[in-house]
Amino acid sequence: MKRLFPILAVLTAVLLAYALYLALVVAPTDAQQGEVYRIIYYHVPSAWTAFLLFFINFIASIQYLVSRKPSTQAAAKWIVIAIGVVGVVACFVPQVQALLPAGMRPSAVATTVLLIPIFYFSIGRLFPGDRLDVLAVTTAEVGVVFCTIVLVTGPIWARPVWGIWWAPGDIRLTSTLVLWLIYVSYLVLRRFSSSAETQMLAAALAVFGALDVPLVYFSIWFFRTQHPQPVIGGGGSMDPRMLHVLVISWMAFLCFAFLVCWSRFRLELLHREIEEAHAMESLAGEGVASKASLPLNRSPR
Amino acid sequence: MTSPTKLPEDSLWAVTLATLVKDIRLEWRSKDALNSMLFFSLLVVVIFSFSFDPLAEESRHIVGGLIWVAFLFAAVVALNQTWARELRNQVLDAYRVSPAPANALFLAKALGNFIFVGVLEALMTPLFVIFYNLRVLGPAWQLIPVAVLGTWALVVNGTFFAAMSVRTRSRELMLPLLLFPISIPAVLGMVAATTSILTGEESAHFWILLLLTYDVVFTTACLALFGMILHAE
Repeated sequence: MKRLFPILAVLTAVLLAYALYLALVVAPTDAQQGEVYRIIYYHVPSAWTAFLLFFINFIASIQYLVSRKPSTQAAAKWIVIAIGVVGVVACFVPQVQALLPAGMRPSAVATTVLLIPIFYFSIGRLFPGDRLDVLAVTTAEVGVVFCTIVLVTGPIWARPVWGIWWAPGDIRLTSTLVLWLIYVSYLVLRRFSSSAETQMLAAALAVFGALDVPLVYFSIWFFRTQHPQPVIGGGGSMDPRMLHVLVISWMAFLCFAFLVCWSRFRLELLHREIEEAHAMESLAGEGVASKASLPLNRSPR
Repeated sequence: MTSPTKLPEDSLWAVTLATLVKDIRLEWRSKDALNSMLFFSLLVVVIFSFSFDPLAEESRHIVGGLIWVAFLFAAVVALNQTWARELRNQVLDAYRVSPAPANALFLAKALGNFIFVGVLEALMTPLFVIFYNLRVLGPAWQLIPVAVLGTWALVVNGTFFAAMSVRTRSRELMLPLLLFPISIPAVLGMVAATTSILTGEESAHFWILLLLTYDVVFTTACLALFGMILHAE
C-alpha cells in the first residue's frame, strides 16, 4: 500500500497539470463571460469534492454512532436500505418527477440516491471501529479546505460577472457558507473537547449539521424568491466540450483529495498509536513518567 | 436505562416534572439566569437604539432582526448555566448512575430554559415596542406561534449543545460556536416571520412551517442522541 502512494502522487500531479492545460488552453471561451469563466474549472470541482467529503463524513459519523450502540445496528441497516429503494423507485414515479427542478434527469437523481446505501455499507466494511472516527476527522478537515477554496473563488468570479462580491440571497453561496461554518465548528469542537469521548460528541454534531443542510437550503430558497437578486447564473445548457473539461478537472481534484485524505488518515492513525503508547508507558512506570501528561483519547494536534 | 423494578417515580414524566420544578425553584431563589439575561438584553436594546436611531417606518423592517439577535444572545447566558449548575457537587455524575431516563433530564432542562427565555421575551417585548415606536401592520396573533416555535428552536438545540460544551475547555465560549451555525435556518425563519408580520407585506406561513419542521427534526434528533451525550465521559 505504501509503495502505491508515490505512484498515485505522480499520477495526480500529471492529471492536475493536464486539467489545468485543458482549462486554460483547450476549453472554448464563454460567449457571455469571456475568459473569466475559466475559474469554473477550479470552483465547481472544489465544490463537488467538498460536498462529497462532507457526505462521507456524515456517513462515517452515523456509522460510528451506530457501532457504539449495537442495538441500533440492524434498524439502521434496514433504514438505509429502505431509503435507497424508496428513493430510486420514487425517481421513476411521474408525480415525483414533476417535482424535480428542470434539467435534472430522474436517472441521475436515482443514481445519487443509490450512493447512500452503497457508501453506508462500503464505509462500514472498510473502516471498522475507531477507524470510522479517523475517517470522519480526515474528511472534515480536507472538506473544509476544499470548501474554503469554493468560498474564495466564488466572490472572485462573482465580482466581474455579477458586479458584486457576494449575493446574500444566492442559494448556493449562502448554503455553502453555512455548511462551512458548521464544519468549522465541528473542527473547533474536536480541538477544544476535554472529554474522553470526543469522537461521540463530534459524530453527534456531524449528524446535526447534516440535518441542518436541507433546512438551510429551503430557507434560503424561499428567502431568495422573496428578495430578487441581481442576475444569478445557472440555467441554460453547457457546451459539451466545457463539460468534458469540467469532468476531467473534477477527476484530478478527486485524486488530489484522495491523496491528501490518505496521508492525513495515516498521520492521524500514527498520532493515535503514539498517544496510546505514551499513555501505556506512563501507566507502566508511574513514578518515573509523572511528567508526561495523560491525554487518553483526545485527538492530538 | 429502565430499572428492573419500575417504580412510578421512575417514569419519564415524573422525572421530568421533578427536575423541572427543582430548576424553577433554584432559579426563583437565585434569579441568576433571569437577571443576567434581562440586563443583557436591555443593554442590547439600548445600544441598538443608539446605533440605528430609526424612524417608525424603517424600524419595522429591522426590529425583527434586532429583537431575535438580542434574545439569541441572552438565551446563551441562560443556556450556559443549564449544566454548569449540575457540575458543582458532581450532580451530573449522580444523574448518570441513576436509573432515571436520560431524556427526562433533557426535557426538563429544555422546558426550564424555554420558560426562562419565554419570561425574558414577555418582559422585553414591551421595551422594544417603546424604544422603536412599533405598530404591527400584519396579523399580530401570528407573533405568538412564531415566538413559541422560535424560542423552542433556540432552546432545544441550545440545551443539547450546552451538554456537549460542558465537556470542553472554555465551555462558555464553546456554546455559541456550536449553536449559532446550526441555528441559522431557525434564526432566518424567526427574523423573516417577524418582519413580514410587522410590515404586513408578506405572509409568514412558510416561515412558521419552516420553524415547525426545524423544531420537529431537531427535537427528535436531540432525544435520540442525548443519552449518548450524557454518558460520554
